Amino acid sequence: MIGFLKKIYAKHDNVKAYSLLSPALILVILAMIVPMALMLSFSMFTQVSMMEIDYTFTFQRYIDFFQKKLLVTLLIKSIKISFLVTLITLITAYPVCYYIAFYVKKNKMLWLVLLTLPFWTSYLLRVFSWKIILGTKGVINSSLINAGILSEPLTFLMYSETAVVITLTHAWAAFALLPLYVSLEKIDFSFIEAGRDLGLSRFEVFWKITFPLSLPGVIGAILIIFIPTVGDYVTPALLGGTDGRMLSNMIQAYFGKINNIPLGAASATIMLTTVVLITIIVSNVTKKLTQRLT
Amino acid sequence: MNEKNNTLLIYTLLYFGFLYVPVLFLPIFSFNDANYMSFPLAGFTTEHYEEMWSKRNLHKALWASIKVGVVASVISTIIALFAAKAFARYKFRGEKISYGGIMMPFLIPEIILAVAILIIWVNLGFKLGLVPVTIGHTLFCTPFAMLILIARIEGFDFSLEEASRDLGENAWGTFFRVSFPLYLPGIVAALLLSFIISFDEFILAFFLTGSDATLPMYMWGQMRFVQKLPHVLALGAVIIVFTTFIVLLAFWLRNVGQGKLKKDIAMKL
Repeated sequence: MIGFLKKIYAKHDNVKAYSLLSPALILVILAMIVPMALMLSFSMFTQVSMMEIDYTFTFQRYIDFFQKKLLVTLLIKSIKISFLVTLITLITAYPVCYYIAFYVKKNKMLWLVLLTLPFWTSYLLRVFSWKIILGTKGVINSSLINAGILSEPLTFLMYSETAVVITLTHAWAAFALLPLYVSLEKIDFSFIEAGRDLGLSRFEVFWKITFPLSLPGVIGAILIIFIPTVGDYVTPALLGGTDGRMLSNMIQAYFGKINNIPLGAASATIMLTTVVLITIIVSNVTKKLTQRLT
Repeated sequence: MNEKNNTLLIYTLLYFGFLYVPVLFLPIFSFNDANYMSFPLAGFTTEHYEEMWSKRNLHKALWASIKVGVVASVISTIIALFAAKAFARYKFRGEKISYGGIMMPFLIPEIILAVAILIIWVNLGFKLGLVPVTIGHTLFCTPFAMLILIARIEGFDFSLEEASRDLGENAWGTFFRVSFPLYLPGIVAALLLSFIISFDEFILAFFLTGSDATLPMYMWGQMRFVQKLPHVLALGAVIIVFTTFIVLLAFWLRNVGQGKLKKDIAMKL
């Protein structure tokens, strides 16, 4: 009898929860899942002329993608840039979070708010400010020339892969800082003390205790940096030049100037699938590696 | 831990510099009396700010961004409030999948959302403009608003709601007299932050606005011309100051009342 009542109550909770969730779920289904499904089907159509699309199903667009050297190169480059950005952001942000989690005693929240504040200013403006810094007549070059250190501006700073990586590292910092801090903050400090008491070196304590325990934050940061940055459009468009161009810039062209919507849709689908697969592999490998470490 | 670590402190301060200095160049150069953004500074001027006021297209774009931002933030906060309540209050089947689904727009590259909405919108025979942008922004802001609201609601004592119901108040009365006032700081924080996200959003607007430019679209259009850059700098500086103010207000609101609420409950116990 009690089991029966419990079952009904559990069901009741399901009903209550889903009635509260329904607006959000409807929004996600209508504004994301259905459009993405349509995008997937468009990737199997053919653009006949500027205004005309042939709606017979074909996988030709996917073959087209892998036959176009430019598209494959841009896909690999986008992944490479995102990978570098994720790695650099993680490595540079980790010590900062470590410091705040273990050494700062008062007003930790204030430190955290100050760290994430620049992230809220317009993305476009943050990318633009790097253009001011790295440009041929920008802050770095004009200062170095004025100081007499250089006679010609450094050209590799601007319109290059380096410029894109630096700018994205700056733009996505908050997405590494928050998950890393949250996972480091949760670590019980007595574990670390115990490690030290047992005679482990600082290095060993970090690799065998602190780092594995902060892993959820590391994986979280990988997820929310690696996936979105692969599809970044603004930074490569403003700072990338031809060297730092990414796949998104081509996708935009397929929907704009070039007007080949099916190929654009196929490129978008391939980009998303690849990046999701890589992320799953990377987070599993990271997990396995740390299991071996501990 | 009682030791200090000066190496890490210095590193942390340098990192702060890396985060803040680039953003500060915009306001600095917005007062610089030259068309190029280079050192040494040429002299102080407010000319770029005056130029900014005279641009009619800028006013139009600002108004468009405000409209989109207000509608998107209000709708996404309402949707997120219901969803946050479900996650904070109930254990239910499919909780993880629902959570993942609602958080997805936050994870998927924005260009993919933009392209997908573009395809469906055009094929339904609708005209591009501020409406699809608002839909895209609502989708994109909802996960943010939900995270803020879950944090607020999770610290909340549900026995207060039960007490209200036991005292004979109906569901609506309980919501408006008990829950809503307690959630209010979180709701306002979610509204403000969603507004800022929408106000600054570029990619969805870039694909979906057609000819009705939003403010980031306007800036994008001006960035290509060197002689127009200074007034973009002035505009950028104004936006940075405005955004910072709103975000600090939101952070302050998010924490307000939470300490007091816990104290009240502790007192009663």
